[in-house]
Amino acid sequence: MSTLVKNIIRFVLFIGVQVYILNQIPPLHQFIVPYLYFLYILWLPFSLGRFPLMLIAFFFGLSFDYFTGTTGLHAAACVMIAYIRPFLLSLLIPKESTEQSYVEPSISSMGWAPYSLYAGLLTFIHHFYLVLLEWLQFGNFVYFLGKVTATTGVSLMLIFVTEMLFSRKAKFRTNK
Amino acid sequence: MKNIFLFIRQYINFISFLLLQVVSVILLTTSSKTHETFFAEATNAVTGNLNSRYSTLRSYFTLRETNRQLAEENARLKNQLSGSFQAPDSARINAKDTTVRDTLGRSRKYTFLPARVIGNTYTLQNNYLMLERGALQGVHKGMAVTGPSGIVGVVVESTDNISKVMSLLHRNSKVSAMLKKDNTAGSIEWDGADPSYLTLKNVTKSAKVAKGDTVLTSTYSSNFPSHLMVGTVAGITADPSSNFYTLKIKTATNFFTLQFVNVIENIRYTEQVQLENSGKHQ
Repeated sequence: MSTLVKNIIRFVLFIGVQVYILNQIPPLHQFIVPYLYFLYILWLPFSLGRFPLMLIAFFFGLSFDYFTGTTGLHAAACVMIAYIRPFLLSLLIPKESTEQSYVEPSISSMGWAPYSLYAGLLTFIHHFYLVLLEWLQFGNFVYFLGKVTATTGVSLMLIFVTEMLFSRKAKFRTNK
Repeated sequence: MKNIFLFIRQYINFISFLLLQVVSVILLTTSSKTHETFFAEATNAVTGNLNSRYSTLRSYFTLRETNRQLAEENARLKNQLSGSFQAPDSARINAKDTTVRDTLGRSRKYTFLPARVIGNTYTLQNNYLMLERGALQGVHKGMAVTGPSGIVGVVVESTDNISKVMSLLHRNSKVSAMLKKDNTAGSIEWDGADPSYLTLKNVTKSAKVAKGDTVLTSTYSSNFPSHLMVGTVAGITADPSSNFYTLKIKTATNFFTLQFVNVIENIRYTEQVQLENSGKHQ
């Protein structure tokens, strides 16, 4: 399957899972919202430039927003992590070897520790920005801190469960 | 001029980042204020269609609960039938008649329009419901919505066949309510914490409130008929700095299993709202 087709299917699947499964879970606590949809942006190929990356993230976030009725909220957070992603990747991995030989970020292409750091930081930034926008509307500092930490924890757990369930085989780039 | 182009080319990524952020924030602020977004019509048609299919699937899992709620509501309505009363002079008879004017010369004020819930959130800070009934079927902005066991929210937007309801679980939601015991009025809001509990604010301290008291919609609301069930008092907090109680209300409506609701049309709604607003501008 080509990378484009694979990512289009992922686009639909991630939004579907988030809207129709994760958002339907009865809330355990006001701080806990299980977010997983942004993993789509973490999984996009290395080869995408920063501008197409941000554009994809914007439309991805916006399509999710139209399901929840919060137009622009998740789109802003998605654009934020799409902008930061290339910086983080260039810091975390040896550019020459990995980016040239693998298609997309994964545990097998980056290694456990760098991948965890990559996922953890981007998850934290995503939730920080998302809750900040919410907080500016409502204003309650305890709510802000609690929600960022709790949601980041839950999301990271979900991300690692997903990584273990769907272990993506590291694909080498071939010279076509 | 050349320098400007060079500058733009050099920082194209950062500029486009800022641009997308600004677009998102503008979308966010305008949509949460007016509830009318850019292409709300088109996107509502798409998401509404998907939501409708999903809700058809989901409704099978809650059939038993829906059935029980409908049976309960039937029993309650049968108790309100004029035949069950000695004196048939009850204002609620309005809701039973279908004619505009009944034989006693009283004219109808409220009409109940049943609708199916095809989308529902309760995990966010601003929650909405989607109903499969829109402007063509008589649903308009500002109408009240009740469920089988209690009130649900207010219609904020309606397209041809689908309408969007601001749930009681919304930070901007505000409904006038009163205690059943002594008709003390207050205002129902939501603090965003727990979807099973609302807050009733501005209840004067002279009211004798106890846990378990019933809270109904008040007679002051322009869209809700009076004496509809809202919930029961679950906690009482006295604010020492003011003369008011803040009450914690357990919702009568179970927002997690909502399947069918009634949209309530008030014939004199526009008239009342116009009159209420006309004073504000003077």
